[in-house]
Amino acid sequence: MTKENPDPKQTSPSGNVTFWYDPRKRAILYQLGVLAMVGLLGYYLVSNTLANLERQNIATGFGFLEKEASFEIGESLILYSAADKYARALMVGVLNTLLVSFIGVVLTVILGTFIGIARLSTNWLVSRLAAVYIEVFQDIPVLLQLFFWYAFFYEMLPGPRQALSPFSGVFLSNRGLVFAVPQFHPTHMYMAVAFLAGCICIYFLRRWARMRQAKTGMAFPIIRVSVVILILLPLLAWLAGGAPTKMSVPEFKAFNFQGGLNVSPEFTALLLGLVLYTAAFVAEAVRAGIQAVSKGQREAAMSIGLNTNQVLQLVILPQALRVIIPPLTSQMLSLTKNSSLAVAIGYPDFVSVAGTAINQTGQAIEGVAMIMIVYLFFSLSTSAFMNWYNKKIALVER
Amino acid sequence: MKRFKLISLLVAAVFLVTAGLAVAGTLADVKAKGYISVGVNEGMVGFSKPDEKGVWRGLDVDTARAISISVFGTPDKLKFVPLTAKTRFTALQSGEIDVLTRNCTQTLGRETALGLAFAHVNYYDGQGFLVPKKLGIKSAKELDGATVCVLPGTTTELNVADFFRANGMKMKPVVIESTPELTKAFFAGRCDVLTSDASQLASHRSIARDPNDYIILPEIISKEPLAPVVRHGDDNWYDIVNFSVLALIAAEELGITSRNVDAMLKSKDPKIQRFLGVSPGNGKALGIDENWAYKIVKHVGNYGEIFERNVGVNTPLKIERGLNAQWTNGGLMYAPPFK
Repeated sequence: MTKENPDPKQTSPSGNVTFWYDPRKRAILYQLGVLAMVGLLGYYLVSNTLANLERQNIATGFGFLEKEASFEIGESLILYSAADKYARALMVGVLNTLLVSFIGVVLTVILGTFIGIARLSTNWLVSRLAAVYIEVFQDIPVLLQLFFWYAFFYEMLPGPRQALSPFSGVFLSNRGLVFAVPQFHPTHMYMAVAFLAGCICIYFLRRWARMRQAKTGMAFPIIRVSVVILILLPLLAWLAGGAPTKMSVPEFKAFNFQGGLNVSPEFTALLLGLVLYTAAFVAEAVRAGIQAVSKGQREAAMSIGLNTNQVLQLVILPQALRVIIPPLTSQMLSLTKNSSLAVAIGYPDFVSVAGTAINQTGQAIEGVAMIMIVYLFFSLSTSAFMNWYNKKIALVER
Repeated sequence: MKRFKLISLLVAAVFLVTAGLAVAGTLADVKAKGYISVGVNEGMVGFSKPDEKGVWRGLDVDTARAISISVFGTPDKLKFVPLTAKTRFTALQSGEIDVLTRNCTQTLGRETALGLAFAHVNYYDGQGFLVPKKLGIKSAKELDGATVCVLPGTTTELNVADFFRANGMKMKPVVIESTPELTKAFFAGRCDVLTSDASQLASHRSIARDPNDYIILPEIISKEPLAPVVRHGDDNWYDIVNFSVLALIAAEELGITSRNVDAMLKSKDPKIQRFLGVSPGNGKALGIDENWAYKIVKHVGNYGEIFERNVGVNTPLKIERGLNAQWTNGGLMYAPPFK
């Protein structure tokens, strides 16, 4: 197609038009103007803020990160005490947020997929139950659900002295779930290495199996073999390390259980609330994705002799995923962001710890900026990963 | 071009709004809008809590009413903004509220780095521990390993960590932002101990299913002078808030109560005449009406009346005057001369 030039004077490159009538130059001028205004606005906001802070004698800067935090934090993945610095306290918060978001996202995807498929079940009862689940959990605000689960745990469960003990070494009370875990032993490190080695093995095994199937048409029971490898390798490492069996068993001392692993009611309530809420949305996305695959695809797959599982795995899901991934990404992001509601039920996530730091130091602007940067980083890395995955499974037209 | 104009208009508007925030003094601002925005606790019996009719009541609320009378001559030109311990100072710094009467402890850090100014103390407090009686604990030194319920962003949160560290004990904090949620968790047994200012503990205990099931341990581990707060740098506004508190204290010392204040107008005592504005001067100096102190006592009473009405021995909180008695009775309440 050729370009139409109703007035050759206006677009002539030779420059015999006035500057104002050249749309390209004018566009550049507009953009420069907008850019300058955004810059000015930014400058004004920053300088105005600084002037106001100065006028009210409010301290500024990130120097407070080096000061002693002198407050305790309820649960932490790394060693922390009140004698540590603010920087470390904030790190504890970041890790707590990561922990609950990561476990939350994994459980949400599993539960959501399960319910989404159940929603499409031909069994009337199963599909109705899934529908009720989706409607109930989608329609109640997530903060209310969090309050409900938290109150449920501390109101319903007995105190630590009367803790329920369904199995020996496991205690359930309003202080959380406490259970025995193996006491740390160097062999555990080797077991982790063996597990990783197993994962790498499986990766190459899968490639080999796929190539063989492409060449000869013979299928390989890849899932069963993978499970065996993942169990067998760490088990061998454990036996080679002398099979250490010493356990750290929780014991009730004075006020609380000592030893073992403690899953707090705050963490459980937050995780449960977020997962149940977000899974309802994921289920809808999964249902929509599966329904988007035309019926003919299923019929064609069945007519070439694939069984129900194979139809789902090889034909339906790969096509459905393309529709599911984008809304799924946004649900993962919303779960991560909703985890900041932790502050309402006492789980020490990043917002909670940063909030305390803001209040003790008065560095509200710095604190809020850090909260924004951390969540932005979480969100951007999640969407970067999901976009990569989305591209990978996107329709390749041949 | 139209869009361009719109953008520049918007930008200009933003400039005007943000610039407007910075100039006028708080007194002029408050008079222009016709009410005072006052930050209060979101629910603490005896200090600030709405009653069943929705009217805010308590010692901190009465302090705010005294400030309203100083500025407007009536106790009701107030907009109460319930704030959590974590949000209170930001709300004040950003100008959302004009004054904070929310049992805030005066500290060096808050006066300096946070850019705040504390008026005269309206309650001398100290941090204590509330525990269920059935734990059988007699002293805070026996609390090693306990789970402790505490509000975030308070001096309490730091004091309790200090106390446990100093005594070589371990603790596990449960930190919940909203006071009602925190106390609910404590009464349900989520924590072994609730720590806060002793006055707050008395307030929380009074709402327990059976207040006799709980005791406040004898140790008071900190000094907590609680006072109204304003932004640093507005001296006129600070003076009005400060002397509104001091007027309550001075009235008690002078023996003026809400019942005898009209009779006191005829008093021959020059100190009382100056205080009530019969001989003028104080009001003009502060830039408010001459009869401000008269109206404060008339409407809300003197400090002693406020104390007994809200938190005293005849209320569910059952708090003795202690440090909050007049200096003439061995307490710390001491107002400078009103002249």
